Amino acid sequence: MAQPLSKITPSRVFVHATLLGYLLLAMAPILLVFMNSFKERTAIFDDPLAWPTPETFSLVGYHKVLGRSEVWLYFGNSFTVTVASLFFILLFGAMAAWALTEYKFQGSRWLKLFFAFGIMVPIRLGTVSILQTMVSLGLVNTLTALVLVYVAQGLPLAIMILSEFMGQVPSELKDAARCDGIDEFRIFFQVVVPLIRPAIATVAVFTMVPIWNDLWFPLILAPSEKTQTITLGIQQFVGQYATDWNAVLAALALAIIPVVVLYALFSRQLIRGITAGAVK
Amino acid sequence: MKQGFSWRVLVFITPALLVYAVFSALPLLDTLRLGLYSTDENGLRSFSGLANYATILHDPQWSASFWNAMLNNLKFFGIHMLVQNPIGLLLAALLSLRKVRFATFYRTVFFLPTLLSVVIVGFVWQLILSPLWGVSERLLGWVGLESWFAPWLGLESSALTTLSLMSVWQFVGMPMMLIYAAMIAIPEDVIEAAVVEGASPWRIFYEIRLPLILPTLGLVTILTFVANFNAFDLIYTVKGGLAGPNYSTDILGTLFYRTFFGYQSQVASPTMGAAVATLMFLVILLGVGFYFLLVQRRLQRFAL
Repeated sequence: MAQPLSKITPSRVFVHATLLGYLLLAMAPILLVFMNSFKERTAIFDDPLAWPTPETFSLVGYHKVLGRSEVWLYFGNSFTVTVASLFFILLFGAMAAWALTEYKFQGSRWLKLFFAFGIMVPIRLGTVSILQTMVSLGLVNTLTALVLVYVAQGLPLAIMILSEFMGQVPSELKDAARCDGIDEFRIFFQVVVPLIRPAIATVAVFTMVPIWNDLWFPLILAPSEKTQTITLGIQQFVGQYATDWNAVLAALALAIIPVVVLYALFSRQLIRGITAGAVK
Repeated sequence: MKQGFSWRVLVFITPALLVYAVFSALPLLDTLRLGLYSTDENGLRSFSGLANYATILHDPQWSASFWNAMLNNLKFFGIHMLVQNPIGLLLAALLSLRKVRFATFYRTVFFLPTLLSVVIVGFVWQLILSPLWGVSERLLGWVGLESWFAPWLGLESSALTTLSLMSVWQFVGMPMMLIYAAMIAIPEDVIEAAVVEGASPWRIFYEIRLPLILPTLGLVTILTFVANFNAFDLIYTVKGGLAGPNYSTDILGTLFYRTFFGYQSQVASPTMGAAVATLMFLVILLGVGFYFLLVQRRLQRFAL
């Protein structure tokens, strides 16, 4: 295959035409929202496919959305819930993965199977009972309820991926530490965890997305004005202001930005996470 | 590997086990149990055996909406299998060809919609397809197909297909990435040998790469299945809890929500909801079991 890159062959044309065509299809809807979110109302309707010009440029939608204090509250709620859930998923997940890969004990195979079950079966099916539990614990309409559910939801996959990486930590390192009489807890936190930091980052990015984007549990467990997450907030906001196109487009654009920024920063980690799971 | 059980193991495993058991595993079991109870007008709960299931499957009104949701869900899944996964396969095959320029860039962009919230994707497409805005009408006009335009999301005949395609647009990155990972894992010398023998790219794809990635295609199928039979957000966002027009976009997820939580005129019933969730659980379990017991085993034997 020593063809020079510049050589134009029918198959090369097909490859690039297909990829470019799909690129357009994947990006156009998002671009369209961004483009029009910076235009004034008449321009949005007169020529939706045009870029904003100095005459049509307007930030009125953004003013409307960002001027509402709830939007900041919703962002804050989403942020709190996501960060807290991630912290506990990674901490508890790494600890459990370590216990399951490092120590042989009775029933460890069953425990692995028990956790693995959660990867395939959606936690959503247990909602009826989860809501009852939260009611009896007095946790309805609190962010704690969401964190607890997301930690339970994220643990199975985290444990599976982290176990995979912990199995690869050379036993010489651990044995050397043990010979020096270092405690098991310090071996875990000071030897093993730093070694698998890349894997932890991968799991973090991978678990973050479904938590940030979830609509179901915020809708059922924490729909109050004070505890709404940004996904639920957008859902209600856009539903209510469906006729105010400036506000709707700005709200959508604002909701897209954090995800795009996150993806730009962590796409390598994310892709590694998917491929690590797939090759297995 | 350290032998023996110690209190340290307990410390390491207890937090994860506790949270997972209390908020995931036990609720699931408890839901299966709750499906066997019924609630009367005063909110009193009593054991009623399989009465809820008898109602769902035999009461004319209930069974009509249950089978309607089931059939719609199968269509939803069918469209993903027919459109999403072949497109994912095509894109992955093209991206994993050697010497395709900008492959990383393409891969990154194709995956982006997958990360957006389903709520956002639903609204974005709702705007684009809206007859009020006229973007799609205008675009069709550019290629002379203006007359094809219709309010697809509002018609009983096309709403479900349109929603499925919106979901396909969003999630195509997932099969693409999984298949891509499998394709670049194929040893280089296998392909090299075929190239030396003078095999065409198409033959290499059909006779070498495709058979070697069959296990991944199996995995993609079961992941699509679980995701589709658990879907809810998109329909709820675009069509609301009533999954209109006239329940033509109702799937198991929205039926579950209405039954359990109530919606407008429909009275909420946790026990009935639990029964619907149990049926969903059985469907998913059936799919997953079928995959693990039959498909995965056979595919792996074939791949080796």
